[in-house]
Amino acid sequence: MRPPRAIESIHFTLLSPDDIRRISVTRIVTADTYDEDGFPIERGLMDRRLGVVDPGLRCKTCGSGPRDCPGHFGHIELARPVVHVNYVEPIFDLLRSTCRKCGRILLSEEVATKFREEMEGKKSWWEVSDKVLQSVSKVDKCPHCGEKQLEIKFEKPFTFLEGKNRLTPQDIRARLERIPTEDSTLLGVSPEIRPEWMVLTVLLVPPVTVRPSITLETGVRSEDDLTHKLVDIIRINQRLAENIEAGAPHLIVEDLWELLQYHVATYFSNEISGVPPARHRSGRVLRTLSQRLKGKEGRFRGNLSGKRVDFSARAVVSPDPCLKLDEVGVPEQVARVLTVRTRVTSFNIEEMREYVRRGPKVHPGANWVISPDGKRYDLRYADREELAKNLEPGYVVERHLQNGDVVLFNRQPSLHRMSIMAHKVRVMPGRTFRLNLCVCPLYNADFDGDEMNLHVPQSEEAQVEAKVLMAVQNQIISPRFGGPIIGGVQDHITGVYLLTRRGTLLTKEQAHQLLIEAGVTASLPQPAVVRGGKEYWTGKQIFSQLLPKGLNITYRAKICAGCSKCMKEECEKDAYVVVRDGELIHGVIDAHGYKALDKCELLDEMVREYGEEVTAEFLNKVTRLSIAAARMLGFTTSIDDEDIPPITKERIEEALEKARKRVEQLIEIYNRGELEPLPGRSLRETLEMRIMEVLAEVRDKAGEIAEKHLSLANPAVIMARTGARGSMLNLTQMAACVGQQSVRGERLSRGYVGRVLPHFKPGDLGAEARGFVSSSYKEGLRPIEFFFHAMGGREGLVDTAVRTAQSGYMQRRLINALQDLRVEYDGTVRDDRGRIVQFLYGEDGVDPMRADNGKPVNVSKIVRKIIGVVEED
Amino acid sequence: MVGVAAETIKAEVRKLDGRVPESVVKEVESLLLKVSKKKAITHEQLQRVLDATVKSYLASLVEPGEAVGTIAAQSIGEPGTQMTLRTFHYAGVAELNVTLGLPRLIEILDTRRTPSAALMTVYLERPYAENKEKARALAQEIEMTTVEDVISQMEMDLINMQLVLSLNRSRLRQKELTPSKVAEIVSSELGSKTKVVLDETKLRIKTEGGSLSELRRLATKVRKIRLRGIKDVTKVVVKREGNEYVIYTEGSNLAGVFRIPGVDKRRTTTNNIREIEEVLGIEAARNAIISEMMETLKEQGLEVDIRHIMLVADIMTANGEVRQIGRHGVSGEKASVLARAAFEITLKHLLDACLKGEEDKLEGVVENIITGNPIPLGTGAVRLAMQGGNIGRE
Ligand SMILES: [Mg+2]
Ligand SMILES: [Zn+2]
Ligand SMILES: [Zn+2]
Ligand SMILES: [Zn+2]
Repeated sequence: MRPPRAIESIHFTLLSPDDIRRISVTRIVTADTYDEDGFPIERGLMDRRLGVVDPGLRCKTCGSGPRDCPGHFGHIELARPVVHVNYVEPIFDLLRSTCRKCGRILLSEEVATKFREEMEGKKSWWEVSDKVLQSVSKVDKCPHCGEKQLEIKFEKPFTFLEGKNRLTPQDIRARLERIPTEDSTLLGVSPEIRPEWMVLTVLLVPPVTVRPSITLETGVRSEDDLTHKLVDIIRINQRLAENIEAGAPHLIVEDLWELLQYHVATYFSNEISGVPPARHRSGRVLRTLSQRLKGKEGRFRGNLSGKRVDFSARAVVSPDPCLKLDEVGVPEQVARVLTVRTRVTSFNIEEMREYVRRGPKVHPGANWVISPDGKRYDLRYADREELAKNLEPGYVVERHLQNGDVVLFNRQPSLHRMSIMAHKVRVMPGRTFRLNLCVCPLYNADFDGDEMNLHVPQSEEAQVEAKVLMAVQNQIISPRFGGPIIGGVQDHITGVYLLTRRGTLLTKEQAHQLLIEAGVTASLPQPAVVRGGKEYWTGKQIFSQLLPKGLNITYRAKICAGCSKCMKEECEKDAYVVVRDGELIHGVIDAHGYKALDKCELLDEMVREYGEEVTAEFLNKVTRLSIAAARMLGFTTSIDDEDIPPITKERIEEALEKARKRVEQLIEIYNRGELEPLPGRSLRETLEMRIMEVLAEVRDKAGEIAEKHLSLANPAVIMARTGARGSMLNLTQMAACVGQQSVRGERLSRGYVGRVLPHFKPGDLGAEARGFVSSSYKEGLRPIEFFFHAMGGREGLVDTAVRTAQSGYMQRRLINALQDLRVEYDGTVRDDRGRIVQFLYGEDGVDPMRADNGKPVNVSKIVRKIIGVVEED
Repeated sequence: MVGVAAETIKAEVRKLDGRVPESVVKEVESLLLKVSKKKAITHEQLQRVLDATVKSYLASLVEPGEAVGTIAAQSIGEPGTQMTLRTFHYAGVAELNVTLGLPRLIEILDTRRTPSAALMTVYLERPYAENKEKARALAQEIEMTTVEDVISQMEMDLINMQLVLSLNRSRLRQKELTPSKVAEIVSSELGSKTKVVLDETKLRIKTEGGSLSELRRLATKVRKIRLRGIKDVTKVVVKREGNEYVIYTEGSNLAGVFRIPGVDKRRTTTNNIREIEEVLGIEAARNAIISEMMETLKEQGLEVDIRHIMLVADIMTANGEVRQIGRHGVSGEKASVLARAAFEITLKHLLDACLKGEEDKLEGVVENIITGNPIPLGTGAVRLAMQGGNIGRE
């Protein structure tokens, strides 16, 4: 096979009839495809000069087999010309803007010259032709020959009328032929194109490779839709030719001509309005040329801008807390199929020999060997011992995927660049891809059946690029806002909270156990407490072992209640975090410390000061530590976490009752017409707003009452307050009161006339009647409440579905508009034309990923470091 | 030990000019001056701070070849999935509706002629901004009042073929109008062909034609006649903001309010980007796009670096007029035929390109993906004058 040459540019143009004949390898004359023996008929649509698709056959034009033959074009000589349906509009423009006799443009020489000058040297010269078309007013006399012009009408899909007379494609072609090229250029046709080429006299027949026939299991051949269409064209073309030859009546010839026009038109596009689509014998609408290119699954979006690739795998994913952040667990089964092309060198020859000997069935083996002369050996069948012996530098071995190989891991929808990252392979048993939990937020993956893809870069260049640019560690900082996006999730937060909160004391065995699970081998610091001859360490001390020396940071933890005056170190909740020289002195670690997609103060500082490698290693350790801590210290949550004492329940009930009364009062005032309307709102709207206010308030009140019994001793509360999972709203909805259900931000109102459900009186505006759920999830909802809840819930579902579609399209448009922009060496941002969009990227040339909270330089940090701590004001 | 003098700090910091952005220079200066008051700064320390600042700035620069466009698009598109679809009430001004979240973001990128909820924030100049009554009066002047707003009833008198409008006195008073004034405006609006007669609070309008359908047409026309105020401003709300009064309006007509004396033309703004483009120019439109997008994202609690949004705003305004992100704007004007065909309306782009004899130079991303070449971004943007085949050969 010839090596493919690099394409420099693509020129779009129309083919002249002569061009078509020139590139054609044969004229197609017969509609039959195969003879009785199943061999392609000469000068038929499957002529072997057009290329071959069946194995074993050789192309008569280039002599290659089906793998290498690119296919060759043929042509059909049409008995009568037909219009190209896709060009009826330009044809119409040309016809009505030129003289019916002399073919000149219907503009005075003077005006035409002016336009020509305007076009001169203009890159998008066709923009002028829009103006030309507009200024070719309805002249009734040719300014050049004085011929009287008749009005030309166009009837969809392909009929042109001049006055009462129908213009046949022949007439049209004759007229287009008369238009001088200078004039057609004025009308928007490239000077290299003759307008009459838009009326076809010769039809190009695409190679067989473009329209391969499929042989079904039964042995029946099934032809491609394009072939079907071409068969129709040839048949009608033949009949038309015969009838013309035989001097058949005008009417019959006209009919056949029209039919030929129909077939050629539907060959180009089978979705022309006003034309019945061509169908297969089975009634299925044929997919012809236009349909092949168009749309999401068409050639452009489906095959050209998104391609199917080799060296890839797809499987369900599941979690593995033992994997490192940048690893991916690959089933051995997959590793035996995916291979890496490895060049044999003097350094690895023994290793490669071993792989070759082990072959395709034993894991670290190989599937193929390629000799320097390009010959491929399939190790399933080859003499592996022999091949291994003959192996020498210059051979290429396609060896199995093995530990440490770089692969790209991806989950759709790939909304940002962190959706494809480079991981290191860990081959393991099982049938799923395994991943570290910290990367879940990036891929937006969970394990309810999610599947992910894996790609193996083959060249060394690609592998290095993946490792250097796409590795998980390199993605800790988000390019969106410049903060960390990788971090702990769920139990990682709970565990470390349990460990670092006040009062956690660990014995020597426990301390060692935790550290070893975290992968820390350093010796223990001085014990914090010695009691009864036994040594104890605080959880904070253990946690500090993971922090790099020299780390300093102070921030408020998530559990901070936002006290009006912060007690700082004396905070009774221990919410004031102080880290000095890598030692956690005060405060608990929670979501504000290292949770993904949260504030991440600790991680943020660590990445900036110590870099990504250190941070990744910290995450590896801290996640294991926190899981171990949760296991050791014990953590469980269940439905009785939402239990509240009967007295509290009563108080909630009271509050609800009060609110109910208040709503009734409001309605009464409204009915009496005494309600004071809010500015710019109607009375009814005002009432609704006031009622909503009261009900929202009471839900919060109920929550507050319940919260008094939900302290940090409660595991569910720990999860909510530390930001590990859930919120206090979730908890109070479970424990106290679910609250108002709404659709489109309003109380429920649709259903029956004047009421949502027939259980209420029409016009009832009370709390219960309009979707207020006073029960808690724990108590359970009453049937009516349940129904209301479902109404509110449904809106949420619909919303999500609509939103994904809308934001997906928005992102596609954004990407398409912006993807060609890049930063040049001079700091400007330019598009693919080289046009400057920004003189300095972002006005300061700073990469958002490297900026400090959006600012180019963190000046106060530098000053603090060099000059020392400056007292805050 | 005595530290360096404030003058020295200023002089030394000024040496950073041109090496780091202006904002950083200012920050370094003010911070050092502040610190020097409490603590002596040595010459060596000062120099180290300046060196560290330059170093830190250089380390934060974007790398050439970076695909900043794609990153910006992803940074705005990805959080789109987390945004709300609902229109909520305007924070602070409960009377006005405002489009928020994803729909608003899409609206900005579409650069719709009229946003679904056009809104102006009208700031006032000195005497008006401080006086509630004066601000109210100005608001009255801005708010559009139509005939519909001041009548209690409109009848179609089929016997005499005329419209009978009953004017509502209290509403007239509220809007500072008199029946005769209304009659005058209506008659001048309708032209000489119609006769307008005022009879106490009844306004009789008679037209020449006299057919029923014509009367109906007249009725709808009369209803919409503007009596006072600015076109399209349907609702005004005066609010106290900080220590001044601000007028919020539903409906937007920037050119209109600018003509009203007392309106602060420097700060008054609208959320209609097209209007800003027309009235204040392309630079203002760019800033409006940035601030509107930033606000929309911030309101949703999403953090997106302003540089991404600047880039979007810049490509939308790069050629001097606001272009949409989509097929009728930026995407439709791409140089590459293949890129346009791969986006939307595939066939039309291909057919037109053929007729015009266009050439695709394959300089963008999509074209190179289509033709199977490395894309001209990132590592693909680097060209080396070396042939792979020659490596390792003598
Ligand atoms: Mg899932
Ligand atoms: Zn061939
Ligand atoms: Zn003529
Ligand atoms: Zn606190």
